[in-house]
Amino acid sequence: MATAEASPSGNMKTLQVKRYKPSENPKKTYLTEEKGLWSWLTTVDHKKIGLMYLGSVTFFFLLGGALALLLRTELLTPAKTFIEADTYNQFFTLHGAIMVFFVLVPSIPAALGNFILPMQLGAKDVAFPKLNLTSFYIYVIGAVFTFIALANNGLDTGWTFYTPYSTDSTSSVIWVTLGVFILGFSSILTGTNFIATIHKMRAPGITWGKLPLNLWALYATSIIQILATPVLAITLLLLTMERVLGMGIFDASMGGDPILFQHFFWFYSHPAVYIMIVPGFGIISEVITTFSKKHIFGYWAIALSSLAIAFIGFLVWGHHMFTSGQSGVATTIFSFLTFLVGIPTGIKILNWVATLYKGSIEMKTPMIYVFIFLFLFSIGGFTGIMLGSLAADIHLHDTYYVVAHFHYVMMGGTLIALLAGIHYWWPKMTGKMYNEFQAKIGAALIFIGFNMTFLPQFIMGSQGMPRRYYNYIDQFTIFHQTSTLGSYILGVGFLLIAWYLFRSLMSGEKAPSNPWGSRGLEWQATSPPDLHNFDHTPVVIHGPYDYHKPMEEFQLGLANSHNGHGHAEDIDVEKVSAH
Amino acid sequence: MGSLFDFMLPELKSPMTGATTDALMGFIHIVSFIILAGVTVAMIYFAIKYRRRSDDDKTPLITHNNKLEITWSVIPLLLVFIVFGWGYKGWLNLKSVPDNAYEIQVSAYKWGWTFSYENGAQVGNEVHVPAGQPVKLVMRSEDVIHSFFVPDYRIKQDVLPNRYTYVWFQAEEAGESQVFCTEYCGTSHSDMLAKVIVHTPEDFENWLSEQSSGGGGTPAERGENLITLQGCVTCHSVDGSQKIGPSFQGLYGREETMSDGSTITADENYIRESILDPGAKIVEGYQNQMVSYEGRLSDDDISDIIEYIKTLEE
Repeated sequence: MATAEASPSGNMKTLQVKRYKPSENPKKTYLTEEKGLWSWLTTVDHKKIGLMYLGSVTFFFLLGGALALLLRTELLTPAKTFIEADTYNQFFTLHGAIMVFFVLVPSIPAALGNFILPMQLGAKDVAFPKLNLTSFYIYVIGAVFTFIALANNGLDTGWTFYTPYSTDSTSSVIWVTLGVFILGFSSILTGTNFIATIHKMRAPGITWGKLPLNLWALYATSIIQILATPVLAITLLLLTMERVLGMGIFDASMGGDPILFQHFFWFYSHPAVYIMIVPGFGIISEVITTFSKKHIFGYWAIALSSLAIAFIGFLVWGHHMFTSGQSGVATTIFSFLTFLVGIPTGIKILNWVATLYKGSIEMKTPMIYVFIFLFLFSIGGFTGIMLGSLAADIHLHDTYYVVAHFHYVMMGGTLIALLAGIHYWWPKMTGKMYNEFQAKIGAALIFIGFNMTFLPQFIMGSQGMPRRYYNYIDQFTIFHQTSTLGSYILGVGFLLIAWYLFRSLMSGEKAPSNPWGSRGLEWQATSPPDLHNFDHTPVVIHGPYDYHKPMEEFQLGLANSHNGHGHAEDIDVEKVSAH
Repeated sequence: MGSLFDFMLPELKSPMTGATTDALMGFIHIVSFIILAGVTVAMIYFAIKYRRRSDDDKTPLITHNNKLEITWSVIPLLLVFIVFGWGYKGWLNLKSVPDNAYEIQVSAYKWGWTFSYENGAQVGNEVHVPAGQPVKLVMRSEDVIHSFFVPDYRIKQDVLPNRYTYVWFQAEEAGESQVFCTEYCGTSHSDMLAKVIVHTPEDFENWLSEQSSGGGGTPAERGENLITLQGCVTCHSVDGSQKIGPSFQGLYGREETMSDGSTITADENYIRESILDPGAKIVEGYQNQMVSYEGRLSDDDISDIIEYIKTLEE
């Protein structure tokens, strides 16, 4: 038995610690301890809730992806290929709405975040487990409303719901806005839960300076979720009132202003871009250190840039409206602030690349996705600088250049980071390994398919091809056809991933507790983890990226807490040092 | 160097509005390309040079380097300040209409454009302009938000209901450029196209005076002009091809089956009713997408259109 000394505000406090090496053959895990459908539907376990989110997100991703392939197929020829204009308009609306609200927003925080956050804190669960389950069901109810809309007239406004089109549209605008309205509460409650958990549930020794960067990212994300989502709710309520009561807030003929709607909408939807991408940054920091076996370069630069992005991200919404007719002063200021938000993002990229320097780099699948992320997301970032500059944006706004840009950010960024995270934590979540060779083929297909789909869109957008076009003029045919072919390759890539992950669940090799040799706390639990994550209260004396320290110093726990009932908030440890 | 990316842009036909945009885009593309190449090469080089040789590899403890952090924060900051200033300069120019600009009124509607001239002439989906002179378009929408985009001129501006917005350009040579609607506006958004037709100043004067003597011609000729002007042709073809609504070709006297199964012979009264109350009778296989033209077309206008449709035999 060893001792560790804690010093809350200068007074040394000694904790009795001992080493807990994770069992490679756990007798009971969260998957075996409670079984059956009912135990899943009523669980308050953050891991099961995380997996239920992951399942839902996967379902919506396949739906949104299928719509995307239908859209790309329609665009094979300049005129009608196989669907009508109105069907096409509904499909791109649903593709956007599903991918944004049902996939990207909840994907990393609600699915992976739920699973990993308490484990990285050494906690048994999130601060409010029942609230966590409530959030999931609110998400489900929001989804049900959207399906009602689908069955009943669909939606043809674009995911942006711009007035006055959306106030005149005969499609199910109200059902979908109500669905998204409800969904927003799920997002707000998850954010609240995460902030409370990070503040109050850290294991002894996890100071802010030892908090994994994944949690800094989730913390920043949660702040945006709590502050921005209510504005979306207000916007959607106003839109509903406009349609039902004819209030005229956005109706110019009644003294209202349609541009006001755009301000409201982007006040949420721009920060929402950071809700989607910042958690991805967290995953990248975790994976790149693990597979370089090296301390992260610029811990505080990365941690604080997440917060900087969260705050500056609230001040740039007007850059979606440079051509809208908003005031020139506003346009100028929004352009300026947009460049400021680009800087912390650039800093992160360079810090990640610097982390590789003199590392011990192993190109396993999660690391391959990190490399793909760095390349694709950089392109997304640079084209964002292009779109932030006023004169260039006037030409490029609402063309395929914008479509390509946000797919490089959202798909090349968030979705690739999600894939990195799923492959990284898969052994922990399921206790199974996937086929590494097939996974690498999958990553290659995704990379090739993605670039083939979206690179031509930069060119045709710059040439003048507008977005949301069912027909197009002949000169763009070759770009559209290349793009469509690329999207099919992308589709095959995702099917391959789904297939080998499913196979790994059925017949995958058993995963060791720490297959990648990470120093992260979540890897000191068994694979899959115990129902309460750890069989003890972990004590942390080194940061999660201290690869220069031996593994056994990362396997400490309170000596007198076999049953895992210790609470971090009872101890208030500022600093623990090993003897 | 920026010219490496020239293939991405259409030929510039209004240098007064687009030259800054093109130079700026070239600059951003080339700087981005250099940095991207640097980052990518560094990543790949590190991945090969520092590949894992054994599971016991020791890595050095490098936590941060303030000088490096400051360097790679300040340099990009300076670069984006350049980009901001440059973009702002170009945008100010786009917003500053020269005093001698020739003014044309633009009305956008689902799904077409009407261009009105000082002498009362109106043209649908074609805007005729003189070369070598700045042209200012004063625009409004009759329904939802549209957007006026000419890639060749690097200009774009949303068109709003109950408010005027404007753009300007100066085409240097006679020719044609494509106009797109770039704010999603429903079923035929992608068919809401127009052309800028640039004439030499003399040709433009001639064209304009021909137009001002317009309003003449036979009723059928006036009808033909009206269906372009009012955007009917966006949804109804005159050559029998399939669009959102039934074709006008051979419509007069044709027996149509309605969505309720009844049949109707398309005569003057049927066509008149379909223009003023489009939902009253729907031809089988079509949906009611049309808005009423009551108040937008006079009785004389409707008669002229009917006369024109009569001439469109199969």
